[in-house]
Amino acid sequence: MSKSIITNNIRKLRFYHNEMTQQELADKTGVTRQTIVAIENEKYFPTLELAFRIAHVFGTPLEEVFLFDPQKIPDNKVK
Amino acid sequence: MKERQILVSTLGSLVIFICYAVYVYSRYVSADAGVINDFKFWGKAIVFLIPLAIAAQIIIHIFFAIVNKIVTREDIPVISDERDKLIELKALRVSYWTFLTGFLLAMGSQAIGMEPWVMFVTMISSAFLGGILEGITQIWFYRKGV
Repeated sequence: MSKSIITNNIRKLRFYHNEMTQQELADKTGVTRQTIVAIENEKYFPTLELAFRIAHVFGTPLEEVFLFDPQKIPDNKVK
Repeated sequence: MKERQILVSTLGSLVIFICYAVYVYSRYVSADAGVINDFKFWGKAIVFLIPLAIAAQIIIHIFFAIVNKIVTREDIPVISDERDKLIELKALRVSYWTFLTGFLLAMGSQAIGMEPWVMFVTMISSAFLGGILEGITQIWFYRKGV
């Protein structure tokens, strides 16, 4: 299970969009395939602009692509 | 792809710098040890090193692009996206601090009355080390994530 506060459904959404390749998604969003790989693996969190671009490609709201789990926020950061 | 490109570029810089240092030492310093405290000598050494390093990097880049195309049949990415730029910035910060530390040490060497060659060697070494650390940092961020 992911430890990140922000997770994403990009892999699932690619599958539902006719098994879109990482390269296709990269081309449509104007980034490299390596960046898509890093986002999928939660090794990089995109800027708001890129996040919206990815959501736009899939035609879904942002919150369906990226999920925020406040339960994973460390206790010392909760006010 | 980017990692490989940075690795080749960093190793290229390392080889060029070592070769140039050995050449300068064997050609000038071994012939006349007194030249190491001559400002003109250091000025020339640095002025020649910069265009040489730039030219060598261009050749390495072209060579890498050709070999990479033959081996992997992939083109080098022409775009530098937001992740690349973020990694570049973080790596540049490491390079900047390394050089700044070297620069302060070089000035310190003069403040305590050491010979001029200590200052030049410290400054050139810190610039070189900064470049190497920049490459290592970039590879580290590409592997580990930003």
